[in-house]
Amino acid sequence: MTLLLAAIGAAAGYLTAPEFALVGVAAALAIGIFLWVFVNTSGPKFILQISGAREATHEEDQMLHNVGHEVAIAAGVPMPKLYVIEDRAPNAFATGMDPRKGIICVTTGLLEKLDRDELQGVVAHEMAHIRNNDVRLMTTLALTVGLIVLLRDAFLRSRWRYGGGGRSRDGNQVLAILAILLLILAPVFATLLHFAVSRKREYMADATAVQFTRYPDGLARALEKIASDPDELEAANKATEPMYIVSPFQKFHEVSSALYSTHPPIRDRIRRLRAMGIEQRTGAPPWEKD
Amino acid sequence: MIPILILFGILVVLVLILFGMYNGLVRLRQETNNAWSQIDVQLKRRHDLIPNLVETVKGYMQYEQETLEKVIQARNHAVAAGNIREKAEAENALTRALGGLFALAENYPELKASENMLQLQEELRSTENKIAYARQYYNDVVTEYNTKLEQVPTNIIASMFSFKKRELFEIDAPEEREPVKVQFT
Repeated sequence: MTLLLAAIGAAAGYLTAPEFALVGVAAALAIGIFLWVFVNTSGPKFILQISGAREATHEEDQMLHNVGHEVAIAAGVPMPKLYVIEDRAPNAFATGMDPRKGIICVTTGLLEKLDRDELQGVVAHEMAHIRNNDVRLMTTLALTVGLIVLLRDAFLRSRWRYGGGGRSRDGNQVLAILAILLLILAPVFATLLHFAVSRKREYMADATAVQFTRYPDGLARALEKIASDPDELEAANKATEPMYIVSPFQKFHEVSSALYSTHPPIRDRIRRLRAMGIEQRTGAPPWEKD
Repeated sequence: MIPILILFGILVVLVLILFGMYNGLVRLRQETNNAWSQIDVQLKRRHDLIPNLVETVKGYMQYEQETLEKVIQARNHAVAAGNIREKAEAENALTRALGGLFALAENYPELKASENMLQLQEELRSTENKIAYARQYYNDVVTEYNTKLEQVPTNIIASMFSFKKRELFEIDAPEEREPVKVQFT
């Protein structure tokens, strides 16, 4: 992804004036670093504030706190901070750029509607995201995609101002055409890449969660309950969607792994988890049933 | 001139790789120590919860002195246990005593419904889970460590610097593999 970004910067710089190619790359990387630092320091606080979360205490949220601590022991990570959002829709997300300073957030709907094992499955999934450093990965990717789009827009506007051919007659014609193509298609590629990685990491988080709890049915039941719950999650919007355990905008009956969705189809996730459960109980994968 | 420089460069890279492997083994060994003490932390937590449990229950279960005494004795025995074998036996005895107490508590509906008791039960259930997860984590880390000790090329470093395998936490006595029989006599 970074290569793509650098290439965009180079292309944009090149097309304005051949000497500016390197400057383009440098500028793109500089903006990237600045945004990266900003997100690293204040990202999690910002997300918690716009979601209206309150910190969970052992006195008020005994079961949640205990469940979280148990999973932290199984995972071998320091206990993350737990937060609660007032919302009837059951859902959860994890944030925090450093695995040692993780943050897990659940809704009151989740606490009411799930039993202890199911809650533990969800918390384990979020803890898996923290341990696998997914938050940092996905944020970096999202930033890079954003930057690529920004650069593309900036370039288009500058071309408009300088008009057509004058400067590019100095450079190679073929390179110029390639640069234009790259600029047009890059945002599309970047976005598709972003979503593909997001889906893979969701599967991985499910599998890692089972590694922690050794109980796949807990998470499977939880996913079923969350996905078929009629309440709409009020706090969600397009920006925060990728972080939730079940996408607030995804329907239960969706079967295709649409290229533009951040989460894999829920049926698929449940199926994989149940298969792990069968394998665990009978010692053989489901396709080897006697 | 150049070939010597290249050779030197390769040597430096090799040494760095060796450092990396050694440090990796050290990190894993320390993590197994950490995981082992984590089990002790959870066991101690359980010991600390029991006096509180007995106090809460005493008021409601005045005629069950015998059972309460058993729990207290099992708990003191577990605190005093010395080596690993003694500890394992004492902890299992404590689990059985607690099981007996909770089975009895079923007969006292006011006790079962009280806030205090509910909270305590959740704490105890959580502690049992934490002990189990601590053992699980210990076994996971030890497995990773032992695997590294056997795999090439880290096994060379391991034998050079005498890294030893660690034992997995397993159930010793065959009776403990039997499912616990609950009797309501």
